[in-house]
Amino acid sequence: MARGKRYDAVIIGGGHNGLVNAAYLARADKRVLVLERRHVLGGSAVTEEFFPGFKFSTLSYVVSLLRPEIIRDLDLPSHGLEILPLESTLTPLPNGDYLARWADHDRTRREIYRHSATDAEAYDDFGRLMYQLAFAMKPLLGMVPPDPTSLSPRELYRLVKLGKHFRDLGRERFYALYKLLTMSSADYLDEWFETEPLKATMACSGIIGTFLGVRSPGTAYVLLHHYMGEIDGAFRSWGFARGGTGAVSQAIADAARRYGAEIRTESPVAAVKVKNGRATGVALESGEEIDARVVVSAVDPKLTFLKLVDPGQLPIDFVEAIHRFRIRGSSGKVNLALDALPNFTCLPGDGPHLRGAISISPSIDYLERAYDDAKYGEFSRRPYMDIVIPSMIDPTMAPPGKHVMSIFVQYAPYDLNGGWNEKRRDAFGDAVIDTLSDFAPNLKNVILHRKVITPLDMEQEYGLTDGNIFHGELALHQLFFMRPVPSWADYRTPIKDYYQCGSGTHPGGGITGASGRLSAQVILKDW
Amino acid sequence: MLSGTPFHSRTAPLCQGHNWRRWAGYVVASSYGLTHDHEYQAIRSSAALIDVSPLYKYAIRGSDAERLLDRVLTRDVSRCNVGRVMYGPWCDETGKVIDDGTLQRLGDETFRLTSGEPNLRWLCESAQGLRATVEDDSDTIAALALQGPLARHVLGNACDSDLMDLDYFRLTFARIGGVPVTISRTGYTGDLGYEIWLEASAADTVWDTLVAAGRPFGLTPAGILALDVARIEAGLLLINVDYIPANRALIESRKSSPFELGLDWTVRLEKSHFIGRDALLAEWQRGPEWKLKGLELDWGSLERVYGEFGLPPQLPGVAWRTSVPVYVQGQQVGYATSGTWSPTLKKYIALAHLRTAHADTGTRVEMEVTAEHQRKRVSARVVEKPFFEPERKRA
Repeated sequence: MARGKRYDAVIIGGGHNGLVNAAYLARADKRVLVLERRHVLGGSAVTEEFFPGFKFSTLSYVVSLLRPEIIRDLDLPSHGLEILPLESTLTPLPNGDYLARWADHDRTRREIYRHSATDAEAYDDFGRLMYQLAFAMKPLLGMVPPDPTSLSPRELYRLVKLGKHFRDLGRERFYALYKLLTMSSADYLDEWFETEPLKATMACSGIIGTFLGVRSPGTAYVLLHHYMGEIDGAFRSWGFARGGTGAVSQAIADAARRYGAEIRTESPVAAVKVKNGRATGVALESGEEIDARVVVSAVDPKLTFLKLVDPGQLPIDFVEAIHRFRIRGSSGKVNLALDALPNFTCLPGDGPHLRGAISISPSIDYLERAYDDAKYGEFSRRPYMDIVIPSMIDPTMAPPGKHVMSIFVQYAPYDLNGGWNEKRRDAFGDAVIDTLSDFAPNLKNVILHRKVITPLDMEQEYGLTDGNIFHGELALHQLFFMRPVPSWADYRTPIKDYYQCGSGTHPGGGITGASGRLSAQVILKDW
Repeated sequence: MLSGTPFHSRTAPLCQGHNWRRWAGYVVASSYGLTHDHEYQAIRSSAALIDVSPLYKYAIRGSDAERLLDRVLTRDVSRCNVGRVMYGPWCDETGKVIDDGTLQRLGDETFRLTSGEPNLRWLCESAQGLRATVEDDSDTIAALALQGPLARHVLGNACDSDLMDLDYFRLTFARIGGVPVTISRTGYTGDLGYEIWLEASAADTVWDTLVAAGRPFGLTPAGILALDVARIEAGLLLINVDYIPANRALIESRKSSPFELGLDWTVRLEKSHFIGRDALLAEWQRGPEWKLKGLELDWGSLERVYGEFGLPPQLPGVAWRTSVPVYVQGQQVGYATSGTWSPTLKKYIALAHLRTAHADTGTRVEMEVTAEHQRKRVSARVVEKPFFEPERKRA
């Protein structure tokens, strides 16, 4: 068996969190190796040209919550990171009308006012409350979660600090937070608004990447999660990465390499080597073995603990908890190469509305019906869709005058009745195109190429267990000190020198990089 | 595109420098001429016509309309008889100011309330359980301010009714160019003046009639820059500039009570109930922490600060709207929020929030001034507002 050289740290998985982890470790002068199974870096934050001349952010398509401290620490702009603002959200309606929210406050107010005068004011009040709560919650995103059951003085001190933090929220905000933690996004938004498309489009943030509906309790909290990107003075941090989301991964990889990290693609890891309860390196599928002082898994918790190591080496209750970790895939993706722009009935022709997000979410009932299909094992016949046309913002994504369209689709259950196959994938793609064509009738005529990605494809091609885009659902019972399992939210694992990061760990999904950074901090502290 | 006001077809050709600015989602002229001095002078020496249509305007109607407004405003609305206008703030439950505006009683069960920010939601929520409706008239009612010592002559020439009897903060119904209008003797300049309220669809006729009637009296369309100088001289507050509305403040310390804004006279604690009363009663008993007062900058001190650099005092060309620290013996005791050179008073004046201990009239303070890129302190005196109050305002 071939034996490679010894590293300080080997990171399994070249997604953005693994790369962030590698960059921070390399920055601390550790000898770091990143092993990526695929031929391309980025994991779910990847740009691929699977139709000539058209570049796609295959899976993850917007940059939302990338931590400002990571951008600063790794100086990502000097490595090519460029975020272009997402200008608007358009919700086309079946009756030919629409609801739009724009970058400009006056314009948004006017538009919401057109639907409901009181909602226009409630929208500002709601935004302010979310801003305040997000500001209060933000420190949690930047900290290693304390263990509330631990009696160690250090953990207790951290809990007391956290408790004080919540006391400082004040009465009104504390109760608002309590409601967010317990209510469904539909019910919570009902307390604020009367305009259906407004409620529905806002509620969508509560269900993305979960196998829950907008009327399922607990989804309200995820609304708040999405306001986190709005603070730190980094307003309008929702945006496109120039070059697609793969460019974010490339920038981080570039930074990691400059600190001396080595990155290998097409190097799938077969197993983590464990000796006497301690990780000592990895064995690649090629048979190569690489020794390392620590091993970090940036893949999802199921792979980290059930596939890469022998579960027999882990405590039984821990393995049970990992088994119970909910990771049901619920979404698909349709990427289109377009000969021309889609023409929306509600706002015909080219315009600023095509430079933002387009949300197919006309009402709460529409979204809940989409969930009804999924509950019983079918993909939504009329799904929720979050659409962007990156070539409108970054023309280099497509040949001149042509466009790429990214359609995030929910719901598409991983456990489809009868299972996914080519015929079912096509039927799913047809449902998406048919639904969207109701709002943009020229769509079918301008499609040059269509790539439909089911949750099964996400698992097989991108290594996402059960096709879950967040390495585990962003549900309240799986967040903070519960992510991925209680007592092991601090990036350590029951195996010494084996660490975890990635979306399956705190603070969860989205292109945040936060878990990669926090995990590196813990590793360096333990060094 | 932001929309113009109902007067846009008339104001647009006048706006020589295309100096438009935003106000409540509309565009209005900063100044029509290339400088605003002439427009300011019209306010104080002849008459100025100011488009104030972007003000938020609400129609409150119903048998409980008075009760609703009495619940919301700090003023005693039961004393607002038909034909009367009241100025006042309204507060949240903690007694912090949400907005301020004028309340016109158009009929027994009909009021119009103006505000600086949208307040429909607050009014509707407060109306729960009452037989009162709130309608947002902001887009459908146009408004003009006709201000200046000759305003009465202009208006008398333009409308069918005698305004000699129309007292300060009273309103009347009249016709201008055949268009029914409401005329209130109010304004944001501290001068003799009127505000004219009309259906937006009749805007052109009313504007044209007023402009024609005003020609012999030097009537001049004036923009927001001129108005801003006049309102500081008059000691009138500007929302989002001199105070932050309580429902928009991100942190507690940004909120202000009516007492802290110098609006003590508007708070009727003897009313049995209004929103914020309990908190305001408690604050009144312990005394407010802040007071909003006038500052008059000391000319000699200004000369000395600029003299260091071989310069005469550099005066602000337009009113400023930034937060400027105010000190006593090197300690910051407050901040000024608006300031201007007053061409009428020949004084540099400012509105300032001061800690109560340093807010007594006559107190010597220092205000920061940046001279030649250096932060300097100019001596100033705390004074009562308004800075300028001509007899003609009420006469």
